[in-house]
Amino acid sequence: MSDQLYQERIVALAKAKTGAGKLVDPTRSVRRDNPLCGDRVTIDVRLDGQGRIAEIAQQVRGCLLCQASASALAAIAVGRDAAGIAAVRHDAERAVGREEGEAAEPFAAFAPVRAHKSRQECVLLPLEALKDALS
Amino acid sequence: MSFDVAAIRGQFPILSEIIDGQPLHYLDNGASAQTPHAVLDAVRTYETTGRANVVRGVHRLAERATEAYENARAEVAAFLGVQPKEIVFAGGCTAAINLVAYSYGSLLKAGDRILLSELEHHSNIVPWQLLRSRSGIELDVLPVTEDGRIDLSALPRLLTPRTRLVSLAHVSNVTGAALDARAVVAAAKSVGAKVMLDGAQRAPHGPVDLPSLGIDFYVFAGHKTYGPNGIGVLWARPELLEAMPPFHGGGSMIGRVTFAETTWAAPPRRFEAGTPPIGPAIGLGAACKWMRGLDWVAAHAHEMSLTQRVMDGLQKIDGTWLLGPSSLQDRYPVVSFTLEGVHTHDVAQVLDSFGVAVRAGHHCAQPLMDHFDIDGTSRVSIAPYNDNSDVDALLAGIQHAARTLR
Repeated sequence: MSDQLYQERIVALAKAKTGAGKLVDPTRSVRRDNPLCGDRVTIDVRLDGQGRIAEIAQQVRGCLLCQASASALAAIAVGRDAAGIAAVRHDAERAVGREEGEAAEPFAAFAPVRAHKSRQECVLLPLEALKDALS
Repeated sequence: MSFDVAAIRGQFPILSEIIDGQPLHYLDNGASAQTPHAVLDAVRTYETTGRANVVRGVHRLAERATEAYENARAEVAAFLGVQPKEIVFAGGCTAAINLVAYSYGSLLKAGDRILLSELEHHSNIVPWQLLRSRSGIELDVLPVTEDGRIDLSALPRLLTPRTRLVSLAHVSNVTGAALDARAVVAAAKSVGAKVMLDGAQRAPHGPVDLPSLGIDFYVFAGHKTYGPNGIGVLWARPELLEAMPPFHGGGSMIGRVTFAETTWAAPPRRFEAGTPPIGPAIGLGAACKWMRGLDWVAAHAHEMSLTQRVMDGLQKIDGTWLLGPSSLQDRYPVVSFTLEGVHTHDVAQVLDSFGVAVRAGHHCAQPLMDHFDIDGTSRVSIAPYNDNSDVDALLAGIQHAARTLR
């Protein structure tokens, strides 16, 4: 057995369920689906006057990688604007090996996904949804 | 009942593949089955000793290619108990259904109805929706029962005098449930409707006696029946093929071409425009011959004993839910399940780390998933070359997923 993907840090991020749920009165709410695997992410954000995230909530109907990514994203999103989230996106891309360089936390935890190309979109889907919410 | 599974396994070179130091446990046969030496050798022989285009060439290689291609058609026909001229080679099972939807569909009129079911593969839904957009036909849908069968008790309600075609899965790709084809045919004939069966999940489990079913169209895929990719089969009653216009136009499917008018070749050539997938067809012929050489009473008993082992093992794991018939009666070796608290893709990924290949997701049957209000299932699909070690590795992997991911 070579179970390298579901390492403790990824499982812990998913189980933390940071930001899981809905916001009562979001500025934006965006749903993104991955038609290939059926993962579905809904991101609610409340923005301050400068376009920064004041509050975030996430709902995932999908796999553990998608849950872990949404949870990681919710943990660091508050205070960031679109540019700040774009920087996080680069971290996620670096973590899964799509970009050169070291990924910062918490997305560094997703390094095991490098070897599983078919699962990388699962990690990136919450970032796609949040990007849409901020655009 | 003795069934020499080791002898069967020895014919499939990929089954001795070691991945990350582990033996392969291939239980994704419903998506694509593996292929035996008999098929690989047939394709290699064509490519190395007879590679040429078919039909029109007069040189020796063209003669060999044409003979091998037509022999393959005869092998497929023998597998289905029909005549070679009734066999049309298509690019796949999906392509064969699209051929019927376009070509037979062009004979239908606005207001005509086609009856499908809730458990159909998307390939037996979307081509009919495209036809609906083109011609204004209507679609009706048979519901499914709670044990994952097509609910035939709804036939009298949903068959109408305007129903022209009933198109259903012979065996469900999700639940493994086998259709009572004769009951469908009897009901359909009472309103004058034709019947098409999607045999993609039935054909891999041995010869099909089409004349005894009384149906009008049958389709199946090469790559699920131990043959190559890029080849599928349409069988239709000769009078239907004769009445149907071409699907694709091009070389080989014509009688005479002028700019004023073009006439069509007789079936099956009418439906095989251009250079066909010759090597894949020859491989499929070899696969049909290989399947006909198997003792399917013993092979099916073996497959179903593995199916029972899977079902029994799954039921012992806390939080599993099995979708499909609870018994082996009228079913084929496909088992779909969910594991509470663990997404189907994560189950499949953990299984991969145990060397076990299964399918996860909606299995191109989203309406069925919607019926049961689930995102998807993990699906185990069994072939004659599977053995107890495959099932035991599967169950160990699922237990590991249950322990570590929830």
